[in-house]
Amino acid sequence: MAKKQKNNLKFDTDWQYDPAPESPELAKLNDSYDLFIDGKFVKPTGGKYFDTTSPSSHKTLAKVAEADKRDVAKAVTAARKAYEGTWSRLRPSERGKYLFRIARVIQERSRELAVTESLDGGKPIRESRDIDLPLVASHFFYHAGWADKLSYAFAGRKVSPLGVAGQIIPWNFPLLMAAWKIAPALATGNTVVIKPAESTPLTSLKLAEIIQEADLPPGVVNIVTGAGSTGEAIVRHPDVDKIAFTGSTEVGKLIRKTLAGTDKRLTLELGGKAANIVFEDAALDQAVEGIVNGIFFNQGHVCCAGSRLLVQESIAETLVRKLKDRMGTLVVGDPLDKNTDIGAINSKEQLKKIQGYLKVGQREGAEIFQTSCSLPKRGNWCPPTLFLNASQSHRISQEEIFGPVLAVQTFRTVDEAIDKANNTPFGLSGGVWTDKGAKAFHVSERIKAGVVWTNTFNKFDPASPFGGYKESGFGREGGRHGLEAYLNVIEAGGNR
Amino acid sequence: MSLSATLANSPPIDSVGVAERVARFTTRSIKKSSKMEALKLALSMIDLTTLEGKDTEDRVRRLCYKARHLHVDLPELPTVAAVCVYPTMVKVAREELKDCGVQVAAVATSFPSGQDDLSLRIRQTKGAVRDGAQEIDMVISRGRFLAGDYQYVSDEIVAVKEACGEAHLKVILETGELQTLENVRKASDIAIDAGADFIKTSTGKVQPAATMEVTLVMLEAIRDHFQETGKIVGMKPAGGISNSKIAIRYLVMLRETLGNRWLTPDLFRFGASSLANDLLMQIVKQSSGVYQSSNYFSLD
Repeated sequence: MAKKQKNNLKFDTDWQYDPAPESPELAKLNDSYDLFIDGKFVKPTGGKYFDTTSPSSHKTLAKVAEADKRDVAKAVTAARKAYEGTWSRLRPSERGKYLFRIARVIQERSRELAVTESLDGGKPIRESRDIDLPLVASHFFYHAGWADKLSYAFAGRKVSPLGVAGQIIPWNFPLLMAAWKIAPALATGNTVVIKPAESTPLTSLKLAEIIQEADLPPGVVNIVTGAGSTGEAIVRHPDVDKIAFTGSTEVGKLIRKTLAGTDKRLTLELGGKAANIVFEDAALDQAVEGIVNGIFFNQGHVCCAGSRLLVQESIAETLVRKLKDRMGTLVVGDPLDKNTDIGAINSKEQLKKIQGYLKVGQREGAEIFQTSCSLPKRGNWCPPTLFLNASQSHRISQEEIFGPVLAVQTFRTVDEAIDKANNTPFGLSGGVWTDKGAKAFHVSERIKAGVVWTNTFNKFDPASPFGGYKESGFGREGGRHGLEAYLNVIEAGGNR
Repeated sequence: MSLSATLANSPPIDSVGVAERVARFTTRSIKKSSKMEALKLALSMIDLTTLEGKDTEDRVRRLCYKARHLHVDLPELPTVAAVCVYPTMVKVAREELKDCGVQVAAVATSFPSGQDDLSLRIRQTKGAVRDGAQEIDMVISRGRFLAGDYQYVSDEIVAVKEACGEAHLKVILETGELQTLENVRKASDIAIDAGADFIKTSTGKVQPAATMEVTLVMLEAIRDHFQETGKIVGMKPAGGISNSKIAIRYLVMLRETLGNRWLTPDLFRFGASSLANDLLMQIVKQSSGVYQSSNYFSLD
């Protein structure tokens, strides 16, 4: 890496894009939201509400009910009643019809939902509109199709639902994670008590409206809002048959400890520190795009983000130059602006955590690069960041930062790349970039991660199972594998 | 750079990735003053083109008049960059356009097929330059390229460049015949190393003509050569860019691929005939708030 760069491109052009914002009015928000239990919106027993704010303006968007133990108990009771009384007895094709109906209403209200998601969570409208919402609808459509075909999914075996599923979801893809959890649970005949993250409850509450509109039998889906203690009440409730959690590894470990000794089923989808491996024979300009999508998608608040870049030494200089140039064109700012590429960091706490890592990385001796993009005055912002010359032992290469921060390392041989990629406590995803098919198969087979993308990154589809190894959790969501997480599967003739 | 080095350096291209990058450009929302600026910039980058067997001197004169006087009610407008004609029309065009800054471009080298003896193609080039063409749009021998005779393609470009003298050379790759994006990249690399001042997608006589995918691959070739060697080469997508919306998307792609320096008619051109009127119509709409009938914009 000795050659000096001389011919720099400049992207701070005279021709700038004027703001092109969606109107926040499109979110059509209420002043306050209650808990959704047994098909109705009900006030919290303790009478407590908390504010949900916009991370891009710090304005309060709405008051949201805080569910305590008693509310969770009500929700579980409603879910149990619905499970025993209607949902598990319903013809599977009828369950499918409800899911199709929910999917269609989501599509009809997708603009409202996208704007709400960007307001409440800070992600750019381009992503909530073009990625989150289409995926949300497709998850419901996909699982609607499975509802009456489960015997085909598990040929030669018998399946039955588990009962009441307690589900806890994170703030990075609020509505999409709700869809990932609710759709398979319902398709397989379970009922649900779900808790959205306290910083992003609004789209889940709109989903409650949609569920009402779709006339789903009361109690099949219950949505309880609140913070950690609400989640804990779900996990500890004795009448819950299964816990599905997506979130931090730390909380995941806690949940697993809590469930030890119980017969509750558990799936965990936790953190990650994925390596994106770029070989010298890769199509570099397209690899750069994949690296950008891998780490700057959703401000890097992605558990499967490609937060480590492993680049072959022979092309490191060229690739980093191209990456820096591409970063120079990224627009950071108002999540509702259609031209925004990187929105607001989801919360002040998360911003603080990311900023902490920026200090750590520099202290460890990695070379920091940030673009000189302008940032709005109010709100939580972090410019896209590279750490060059990171080493395997740096904390920025080992720990999940969950922000738009990429640790760049080099390697010389295929084996070294594989070793470095796997040398992490996590194992959620990985990326391989090469023009050689044989190398792509060789490397991707050896990356210990639930998803490995080749010559692309961060591609999601409801038909494709998603989940981790090691500290990234266990269990799969999506595809036939994802159904299994909500079913008792027994050999034909065997006992349950 | 030797041809073997050029070919060895030509990178693989992933067409799926290219299509995804292009899709990102098309989601940029260009409104208000940024739209007005883009419309005017696009107008100034047009090579107003007539390349038909039925062209007459009168037709070329009318086109040149239009190039100089785009719209009577909008005096602040830029002019187009050039008028692009067959070699036989160069004299007439030059006469009409003298002293007004609009360049005369001639398609030479047995446009559009290039299927002719190289000596004839060079003689045609020299003739066009002698008649006053300031820019030469040549075609490469696609048959030779597809047969793997890259040396021939490289040599013909070098020879035509020499015949051009002071005139600027645009090398038409005819990407619609090259089939793959990797071929487009390879042809771009060969053309740039052989001395092209501009690389150009298409003749307009073959479908598909310019596409955003092909143009992106060519822009990235230009970027790589600039960053490796400092050489500055221009880009001209031609054919199929028929309205303002498409043109603005190309400008977004240009801005985000090559940046500030290339946002000028000196380094980027649109080869188009109907684009100018649509841009004018949009400019009027931006300033007056209403669309005028197409009858208010002259046909020439």
